[in-house]
Amino acid sequence: MTHHRPDPEVRQSRSTTGQRDPRRGPHGQRDGSEREANTAPWRVGATEVLAGGLVLVVLFRDRLEALLATPGLQTWTTVFVSIVVQALPFLVFGVVLSAVIAVFVPASFFAQVLPSRPALAVPVASGAGVVLPGCECGSVPIAGALVRRGVPPAAAFAFLLAAPAINPIVLVATAVAFPAEPGMVVGRFVTSLVVAMIMGWLWLRWGRADWIKPLQRLNLDGLSRWQAFWASCRHDLTHAGGFLVVGGLAAATINVMVPAEWLQALAGQPVLSVLALAGLAVLLSICSEADAFVAASLSEFSLTARLTFLVVGPMVDLKLVAMQAGVFGRGFAARFAPATCAVAVLVSVLVGVVVL
Amino acid sequence: MNRAVQGVILLLLGGAVLRISLTDMYLRYVRDGLRPFLIASGLVLLAVSAATLWPELVHRKAGQPTHRDPEQSRGQDMERSGHRNPEQGQVDPGTGYDRPAQHNHHSHREPVVSWLLLLPVLALLLVAPPALGSDAASRTGSALSTRAASDFPPLPAGDPVVLSVLDYATRAVFGGDRSLGNRRVQLSGFIMRGGDGQIYLARMIMTCCAADARPIKVALMGNLPDRLAMDSWVEVIGRYSPDITEDEINGEAIPFLEVEQIRTIPAPRNQYE
Repeated sequence: MTHHRPDPEVRQSRSTTGQRDPRRGPHGQRDGSEREANTAPWRVGATEVLAGGLVLVVLFRDRLEALLATPGLQTWTTVFVSIVVQALPFLVFGVVLSAVIAVFVPASFFAQVLPSRPALAVPVASGAGVVLPGCECGSVPIAGALVRRGVPPAAAFAFLLAAPAINPIVLVATAVAFPAEPGMVVGRFVTSLVVAMIMGWLWLRWGRADWIKPLQRLNLDGLSRWQAFWASCRHDLTHAGGFLVVGGLAAATINVMVPAEWLQALAGQPVLSVLALAGLAVLLSICSEADAFVAASLSEFSLTARLTFLVVGPMVDLKLVAMQAGVFGRGFAARFAPATCAVAVLVSVLVGVVVL
Repeated sequence: MNRAVQGVILLLLGGAVLRISLTDMYLRYVRDGLRPFLIASGLVLLAVSAATLWPELVHRKAGQPTHRDPEQSRGQDMERSGHRNPEQGQVDPGTGYDRPAQHNHHSHREPVVSWLLLLPVLALLLVAPPALGSDAASRTGSALSTRAASDFPPLPAGDPVVLSVLDYATRAVFGGDRSLGNRRVQLSGFIMRGGDGQIYLARMIMTCCAADARPIKVALMGNLPDRLAMDSWVEVIGRYSPDITEDEINGEAIPFLEVEQIRTIPAPRNQYE
């Protein structure tokens, strides 16, 4: 921010930056008089907000610390920070990979690799999730990049759902967490794959393109490849990262506020316990590499309920839904997330009855 | 939000990530094994920030009219407006952000949420919250997972035997007398007080990050000093006691330890097990 020394030009541009929203509608051609009017009153732009805010925070740092010193808030802050810190490497990895897809992988590549019939592309894309190690935060920007690259949305969504749940790291973690229950690993793999494919096919059959908002498309024409690469990284990081923080705030709040006693009351009831753990998976937003250990510690619950927890978690949770809303739009997330959750619960119960 | 601000926020975020991962601070929040990935992602964030800020600085200094056009140089997509400028003359400032024709309804929402990236930055650089302690432990039930009770390896040599809290609790609950006998054991953890006034030695076990951390609790009995501050770290030497109590929250079994010696210690490098 230090390089923004006020000179008239910059002021003017800042004012348009910070206050552009009211002007976005009819502004096609702005005439000179409007620009002049724009110059005269000095407006506060993003840069000033950032600089001023940081100065204030540093000045009142002691107050801030005192405010957060109560045990409950401190726990909340720790959990919030740890969710974001833990997810960040995966997000960065996903963002870099999606920038590579956007810039260095030609669109024709996906056309060649994927079956031309979308109905067949869905299972192939689901299975491709095996090769992407990591947790769910990285897969959202990657799915966004795939759609932009012309991959059928149904296939990209199947990949989005499958990748965090069926990659080797997650399966090994599940095996370690359930040493006495090998069926859990098989059940998780099969169920997640099936749910991802069903959702892909459901989208093919009933999904509508206008549920997805026009993808935020950086115009990369005319840029060198590396310029385009960095622009794509910056764009995805600030967007998906912001939504990751939203999800982290919500998940930390749930994590600290919901009394653990509530769960225990539900553990004995076969139907409610499944729904309770599905809901818990959505709310806690635990990384898919770690959720198996949490599931293992929920030992009062049936294995089917815990399988549901493991299947729902990587596909639908607060931070994931927030990020999906950011990348694909709220209208999309509002339909896709509940549908995924319902399908995941149903398939988990079926598989649980058969396998476990 | 303009590009320069995005660049600065990414710079701060990258700096914060590097700061916690180059020191031991990251151990308060995530598992040990994540360190290289944190460092790598911090470096990528700095690189993206540099790639964002560099053209801004260069163009400002150079003062090229095409780029310095105030209406155009500050948008998200400065690249684009720079290219369009020669053909189209005065382009609306909105084009600095997106293609207005297609993205009017959406492009203005996202940048607002990007501001939230400052929250973790501020939390890390200014507040630096501590590792989870007695408050978190008292909210969650003890997390012993039932496992095959019979096959505990023999206790290691030494007197007292140094055990993790998890190891002691598991042996005491599932292996009992056979596993621990009358050996003296040494545990370290933090102090927490239950609703009934019972003093516990607790330790959080973490798999991935603090959001999945669960406590393991051992109830202390016997020779205890009067004033044990909550969250203070202690090293306890004692013997197995057959008593068992129930966690108030999830009804999980909590073993007792008959304390012989207790002393406060500094918090260990990694406070989780």
